[in-house]
Amino acid sequence: MSKATLMQGNEAVALGAIEAGVRFFGGYPITPSTEIAEKMAELLPEVGGRFVQMEDEIASVGAVLGASLAGAKALTATSGPGFSLKQELIGYASEAEIPAVIVDVQRVGPATGQPTSPAQGDVMQARWGTHGDHPMIAISPWTVRECFDMGIEAVNLAERFRQPVILLMDEIVGHLRERVELPEKEDIVVYPRRKPKKTREEGYQPYAVGDDLVPDIADFGTGYRIHVTGLIHDETGFPSGSPAVTRKAIDRLHQKIMIAKDEVVKTESLLLDDAEYAVVAFGGTARTAYQAVLDARRKGVKIGMLRLRTIWPFAAEAVYEVARKVKGILVPELNYGQLVGEIERAAKGACPVELLAKYNAEIFTPAEIEEAIMAMVGGNK
Amino acid sequence: MSEMRFSGSGGQGVITCAIILAQAAVAEGKNAIQSQAYGPAARGGSSKAEVIISDDAIYHPHVEAPDFVLAMTQEAADKYWHDLKDDGILLLDENLVPNPPAFAKTIRIPITHIAVSDIGKALFANIVALGATVRITGAVSYDVVAKCVADRVPPATVESNMKALKAGYDAADALMK
Repeated sequence: MSKATLMQGNEAVALGAIEAGVRFFGGYPITPSTEIAEKMAELLPEVGGRFVQMEDEIASVGAVLGASLAGAKALTATSGPGFSLKQELIGYASEAEIPAVIVDVQRVGPATGQPTSPAQGDVMQARWGTHGDHPMIAISPWTVRECFDMGIEAVNLAERFRQPVILLMDEIVGHLRERVELPEKEDIVVYPRRKPKKTREEGYQPYAVGDDLVPDIADFGTGYRIHVTGLIHDETGFPSGSPAVTRKAIDRLHQKIMIAKDEVVKTESLLLDDAEYAVVAFGGTARTAYQAVLDARRKGVKIGMLRLRTIWPFAAEAVYEVARKVKGILVPELNYGQLVGEIERAAKGACPVELLAKYNAEIFTPAEIEEAIMAMVGGNK
Repeated sequence: MSEMRFSGSGGQGVITCAIILAQAAVAEGKNAIQSQAYGPAARGGSSKAEVIISDDAIYHPHVEAPDFVLAMTQEAADKYWHDLKDDGILLLDENLVPNPPAFAKTIRIPITHIAVSDIGKALFANIVALGATVRITGAVSYDVVAKCVADRVPPATVESNMKALKAGYDAADALMK
């Protein structure tokens, strides 16, 4: 697999998911995510998996959760309109602690918006699209190689934390084909499905936890009695109306991820060592932003980039560290202004944070971002 | 670095044309990326694909000032030639673009006509265009492109596609001598 090939981002996600052990895909095609479903339909039968095209996006994620409870690592892929439909069951997966990966290849919204046109307008929906106090993991790739890597990583995180994970892509990277060299199979780390450590006779409780606060819920059909519900439940898995149980349950959902935050929250620092200014970007926009950073450097501006690999939980510490060192942060995003609010919050006033928003169905040009960089630098002179 | 744009109408195969060119560049050990834009309609809507070939890393994924533009419809020609570099080249389907834009280095080849008359189907127009592109741009070698075409198309059509590639290459060659 070490030979370089031309590969599309969406295809790379499918290949990564298969490597991570995904054996079920329930989906409903929607541009610009459809190639993921097509590739999964091609690959899953070859590895003994199942591909089911469901009647709609809600049924798709329902089938994915069912398959996951029955022991299969499972994934679905969609775009904005389908992502909206899936939100109810994403919340269910969060409360019932069912591992699942939901790929959202963002396009222009709201509603059916601009099919096949690039946008990054689902940043906040990825975090808060479903109701209630749930934790969320969302990661976002900027290259085709990273689409493959994050196809694996999303599945690993879902299994490790028994948690729905959003692979937050955009049309730019999803449809991009580029030269890619995939890792050797032996270099790929796969997190296995968690198994019960006790038998029924030893007093197994499906939602009991150890030090990592993640339950080892038995797969259906493996001899355990399991009850799964979206109602707040205790260690038995059965609903409880107790305020104490309620508080403990919601605390644990958040804490299981926050105590292992370093495993989840990842950023990439590019040219930041001597930087006086910074760009914070993610996904396909980071590609154009980095080109603009390189162009501005050639003109003598000491600027670097913090690339957010993880969108949720938000990399507040990393952003603050940058904000403390620079005179200004520019946030280019293909939406009306979503992530910029989080960055302002994380910067705690240590430096000005400026938004460069674009929402006309086109991607940024390097010149547009460079111009905003120069305006930020000029404003400080 | 070489920046190329392939444009036409959905169904003419311009995206496939771009993908094969980028595949050939990667097969030659170069860095290449390919992006595309198309409307909600699969057939008949406008369709555009871009390829960047470079020895260095490529970050921004879209073409900024193309060295080469292929236009397979009048609409695509009118829309996509403006940002060509001054020394760039515009390749048009001679019959489908009756009113060529006023660009100095324009090459007109009856691409779709060649596909119909020499190979038997308009379906091969994109491979005819690919052959012409290879001759005009010199971006990748003919033999590597031929191999990439053969690997991609259904086995029963390899022979016809090879004929189409050669026909396009020869048509461009005749004009460039």
